[in-house]
Amino acid sequence: MSYLEFLAEFGPRFVDGSVVTAMQTVLAAALAIAIAVAMGLMRLSRSVPVRWFATVYIEIFRGTSLLVQLYWIFFVLPLFGISLEKFTAGFVAVGMNLGAYGAELVRGAILSVPKGQWEAALALNMSPAKRMIRVIFPQAFLNMLPPWGNLLIELLKGTALVSLISVADLMFESKQINSTTFLSAQAFGTALVIYYVMSRFVITPFMRWLERVMARKMGRA
Amino acid sequence: MFDWRWDFTFEILPRLLLATVNTLMAAGAGYAIAVVLGLVLALAQRTPYRALTYAVRELVEFIRSTPLVLQIFFVFYVGPQFGIRLAPWTAGMIAIGLHYAAYLSEVYRGGLESVPKGQWEASLALNLSPARTYFRIIIPQALPPSLAGMGNYLVGIFKDTPMLSVIGVAELMHTANAIGSESYRFLEPYTLVGVIFLAISLPTAALIRVFEAWVRRQLGMS
Repeated sequence: MSYLEFLAEFGPRFVDGSVVTAMQTVLAAALAIAIAVAMGLMRLSRSVPVRWFATVYIEIFRGTSLLVQLYWIFFVLPLFGISLEKFTAGFVAVGMNLGAYGAELVRGAILSVPKGQWEAALALNMSPAKRMIRVIFPQAFLNMLPPWGNLLIELLKGTALVSLISVADLMFESKQINSTTFLSAQAFGTALVIYYVMSRFVITPFMRWLERVMARKMGRA
Repeated sequence: MFDWRWDFTFEILPRLLLATVNTLMAAGAGYAIAVVLGLVLALAQRTPYRALTYAVRELVEFIRSTPLVLQIFFVFYVGPQFGIRLAPWTAGMIAIGLHYAAYLSEVYRGGLESVPKGQWEASLALNLSPARTYFRIIIPQALPPSLAGMGNYLVGIFKDTPMLSVIGVAELMHTANAIGSESYRFLEPYTLVGVIFLAISLPTAALIRVFEAWVRRQLGMS
């Protein structure tokens, strides 16, 4: 079987898998961003219990493996009465894991905003919430965009693990194709190339574009 | 808590701890490959041959932007198609070593680039051979800025070893899966795996930070 015949026969399944992978990535990214912002801000809170909660969350999710967390969420949580469907369990695990890494980026970026900005906002009698939303966070956001690009690629790669709880993503499809055809180089090679295209020619250019747009909006272009 | 059975916990704990040894061995062997191969990949990008630099850069980008678990499958299954049979351990070490070599090459590259140009010029002026320049002048200075990244990836490779379970390497996750399917109990094995990972990765991360500070002091850099 030539490679073109292989693609003609299995192309649609690679497409289906890629769509599921893209959906997992987008949903996991949304969850990761929400968690990262929440935990990053909580880490900077003045209240000790709040700070502790965020620290424990971050250390637990960064200190264990994504695969362990995924299996725990999928196989153990039902014992506590929380049954997630496999698709949901997949992106929730990936999002919660990468959210913990993102929280440190958020914290670092907020701390990197010059002290004068905080003082100026205070001098203008802004409320703490308004100061964070209107002055500090937009500047921190611009600072943390480049590392978030890397993190989103890690997230895309992380979604490959959901195939291990039988979510029919790109990785899962390539495994299925491999086990019916035994054409491993073609099956796994094609999937590798698709993942590469997604991260190099979709995520990276998107993040570059976002950096440019945000820099312009902040008057730093 | 709920249905937690301590007797079962103590029954499976020795088995899990034994598997932890395998996990640590896998992480250690994979890291050893990555440390050496990463340096090769980093130095290959510093030769005067443009084509080589470009090819290695693309290879590193490719490895870094595709999932490790897929690479593990690729290495394990593609060999037999061409008549090369790899044991799960061998395939796993190649895949994980190569993956982290790509990451470490970026760390080394950053470290090497942080050495001021004047150091190269001074070595040239002193008529030092390229090998001597690298080993006595450049690498000792490139090392401290690379240590933080190297340490992070040591913990990273340890946390990625559960992926080796997919091709049947008998590490911690594989053992937990086996216990789960034998006894139909998942709560204890999976929770214990998480606890073991935390118990190793948190102190290791802390030790690495201490070590990094110590090296910097030894080299008079802080």
